[in-house]
Amino acid sequence: MKPAGLPRDWQADVVVLANRTPAEPLTIETPPPPPPGPTLAVRARRWLDLNRQRLIDTVIGAGAVLVALIGWHLLSANHVDLYVRFENVPSPGQVLDATSRQFSSGAFLVHVLASCRRIFIGFALAALVAIPTGLVMGRYRLARAIVFPLAEIFRPIPAIAWVPISIMLWPTSEESILFITFIGSFFPILVNTLHGVDAIDPVLVRAARCLGAGEITIFREVYLQSALPQIFTGLTVGMGVAWISLIAAEMISGQYGIGYFTWQAYSLVDYPNIVLGMISIGALGLFSSGLIRFLGKLLMPWRAGR
Amino acid sequence: MIDDPVSMSVDQTPTEQPRGHIRVEGFGLRYPTLEGEVEAVHNVSLHVRPGEFVSILGPSGCGKSTLLNALAGFLTPSSGSVTVDDEPIRGPGADRGMIFQHYSLFPWMTVRQNVEFGLKMKGKDRSTRALAARTLLGLTGLSDFEDQYPDRLSGGMKQRVGIVRALATGPRILLLDEPFGALDAQTRLIMQQILTNIWQQLKISVLFVTHDIDEAIFLSDRVYVMSAKPGGIKAEVRIELDRPREPSISNTAEFVALRARLMQLIREESLKALGGELNADALKGVSINLAGRDFSQIV
Repeated sequence: MKPAGLPRDWQADVVVLANRTPAEPLTIETPPPPPPGPTLAVRARRWLDLNRQRLIDTVIGAGAVLVALIGWHLLSANHVDLYVRFENVPSPGQVLDATSRQFSSGAFLVHVLASCRRIFIGFALAALVAIPTGLVMGRYRLARAIVFPLAEIFRPIPAIAWVPISIMLWPTSEESILFITFIGSFFPILVNTLHGVDAIDPVLVRAARCLGAGEITIFREVYLQSALPQIFTGLTVGMGVAWISLIAAEMISGQYGIGYFTWQAYSLVDYPNIVLGMISIGALGLFSSGLIRFLGKLLMPWRAGR
Repeated sequence: MIDDPVSMSVDQTPTEQPRGHIRVEGFGLRYPTLEGEVEAVHNVSLHVRPGEFVSILGPSGCGKSTLLNALAGFLTPSSGSVTVDDEPIRGPGADRGMIFQHYSLFPWMTVRQNVEFGLKMKGKDRSTRALAARTLLGLTGLSDFEDQYPDRLSGGMKQRVGIVRALATGPRILLLDEPFGALDAQTRLIMQQILTNIWQQLKISVLFVTHDIDEAIFLSDRVYVMSAKPGGIKAEVRIELDRPREPSISNTAEFVALRARLMQLIREESLKALGGELNADALKGVSINLAGRDFSQIV
């Protein structure tokens, strides 16, 4: 009965609790275990019933995409000219042909990989700098007083406007593209982290103090954890802006990357590849924000129900 | 019971020195504003003897939470002294357990991780923490929920976890700031009994802040009634009802008399906090028309 190896200070408390008089029941009745679950077929049926509306919505959504594709095909294949001109717009079929050609040669993959690498480095650096900066700014008045005005001055400047200065600043175009990507994603992450820290319930900080937590622990276990949902909002927004900035930078200066590929296709009058580039950018953007959402779910299991 | 080895070990724990003697003397709190200094709390003196259950009763805004925060170590008194076992309070610490109205469980930690937090801060190893948390959770009927996140728990369960978390570090005193204020009436009664049970078993000193008169009577050995603007002690009322107390005690003549007395004391202060006596005549002849209905009859 006696728990072995417990620290003395609360050992007595636990023992006294364990030794309470029966006249004073402390335990609360736990509900009986649930009856055995229904069969697989019944469960499948129920799942279908519960998700009917979602399934219908999915079918409707897929239908809308199909209609858009057909519309695109009709407009481009017939070279429609209704003020908006579809004469030179490639049809879905042409884009599909271009895609299979590009993937078989492997040259396109080099561009995709170059862009992904830049996103990864630029975005990771931005997150690595912006999250701690935001946390420190939210926690310490002095840091906020110093950094906040600077951040507010630089924040409204679009990343693309940094291109000329960036080319001057960095020795290679690769570095300047990374810098643009960094700048683009930095501010959304910073601002959201800061908001996350501002939104912390002060009672949680006080509770941690009452339980004996020191400054470093509170920073790590309360401030960071509490701001995590907002940080992930910032990361998602930052990822979107990172792609916008990267593509713009690649179109202006650069030798590889999807932005470069798309712009080059235009210069070479290779129109199907323009659309291929655009669709690839969209798909990669979708994939990367999905990756962040997945990471967020992994790090915040407590928000699973939301 | 004498030959039970467990109770033997309880007898061996040091009982020579009293633990958890709260003493507040001449406590005052002022803060500066543009109009000059404002006195939030003025010259409060009170004490809680080791193992005693004392409530502070008062209208909102009378400074009862301020007093509790000074004991927890979140603010320093402008005047007077606040001590526990004759040691002045220097900042927050795990020797004083605090329970807040809004549960204050860490939403990103499971129930067990919440309970283990204080022990982790004390540097206890993993297995010690787990054993302690499981034991305490088991005794409060929360074993089945130890791996749940607080989000999934009812208000009463959350507050039970909050109490267990505060007790896990073995504090000398327990400070409760309107802990059951957000619960429904039924849950509230049950929680009051759970708290009474825990307190009777642990013999821990409790300072309980509330604005609920029945709650203060049901739980306490003594009740301090606070006055508002500035906050001060208006009266000290001894609650000499036998223990253990059942919820039905609220129908006894003694209880009713205590309630009437405390209600009278509180009413004056609530009115002061509201800004004056209600004047029914002031509304006479005034027609209040809301959404096409005449409300002057009701007033």
